Amino acid sequence: MTVTAAMFYLFAVLTVGSAVLVVTTRNVVYAAFSLMLTLCSVACLYVMLHADFLAATQVIIYVGGILVLVLFGVMMTSGKLDMKLRMERGRLIPGSLVGLILLALLIRIIYQSPWQVQDTNMLESTTKSTTQSIGESILGQYLLPFEIVSVILLVALIGAVLISRKEVKEIEES
Amino acid sequence: MIGLQHYLVVGAILFVLGMFAVLTRRNAIAMLMGIELILNACNLNFVAFSRYVTANVEGQMIAIFVIVLAAAEAAVALAIILAIYQELRSISPDETNTLKG
Repeated sequence: MTVTAAMFYLFAVLTVGSAVLVVTTRNVVYAAFSLMLTLCSVACLYVMLHADFLAATQVIIYVGGILVLVLFGVMMTSGKLDMKLRMERGRLIPGSLVGLILLALLIRIIYQSPWQVQDTNMLESTTKSTTQSIGESILGQYLLPFEIVSVILLVALIGAVLISRKEVKEIEES
Repeated sequence: MIGLQHYLVVGAILFVLGMFAVLTRRNAIAMLMGIELILNACNLNFVAFSRYVTANVEGQMIAIFVIVLAAAEAAVALAIILAIYQELRSISPDETNTLKG
């Protein structure tokens, strides 16, 4: 087994194991921190796929932004001792049944499809950074989606502020 | 030799775990974590395809857009969850069955 394969299996096991912990743990704070481990190991998998810029983006936005937001939500919505997650037996069995069937179907499809894979020897030689080509794509071919996404971010920001603020009108009147 | 299928299998497992969380959790924030897992699974698939099938950065571009939309979605979802919590003192999706404030 080569070093690359060993690294892949290490990060794959880390990703899947911490994701299982996210799904099964009863403490919502533990779930948030195992989600952090999952996101970091997915970033490591991106590095192994030669997507260096995307790995950095994943760490900055997901781990630094979204996860902090989720932890804020956990802190503000869990009451005094309400950190525990309840999992009902009635939903556990159908949920796991659907999940296992879907997983078997997906793995069967993945291994039976004739993927048009490029020559791997040629792929290994191209190890230059992707940042330059991503920047050129953003300001070239993907300019319109980039602008639309920035407008969507602005709309989501304003919407989140509007939804989550407290009503100040009644206080002013009284 | 690690190939395309290995990454796709990891993505499939992540997707199924996220869907399991959305199906079984009775806490809106835990369901949100499941949705983040699903988005990461599809991102992993996009990046694996961009490495092994197309061999350019198109898949990575889509993955960047997905990350940005995930950030927007998390912000709006948490704002809604906070508003529901202030109204009902609960974030169980079973109890939030009315639209009128």
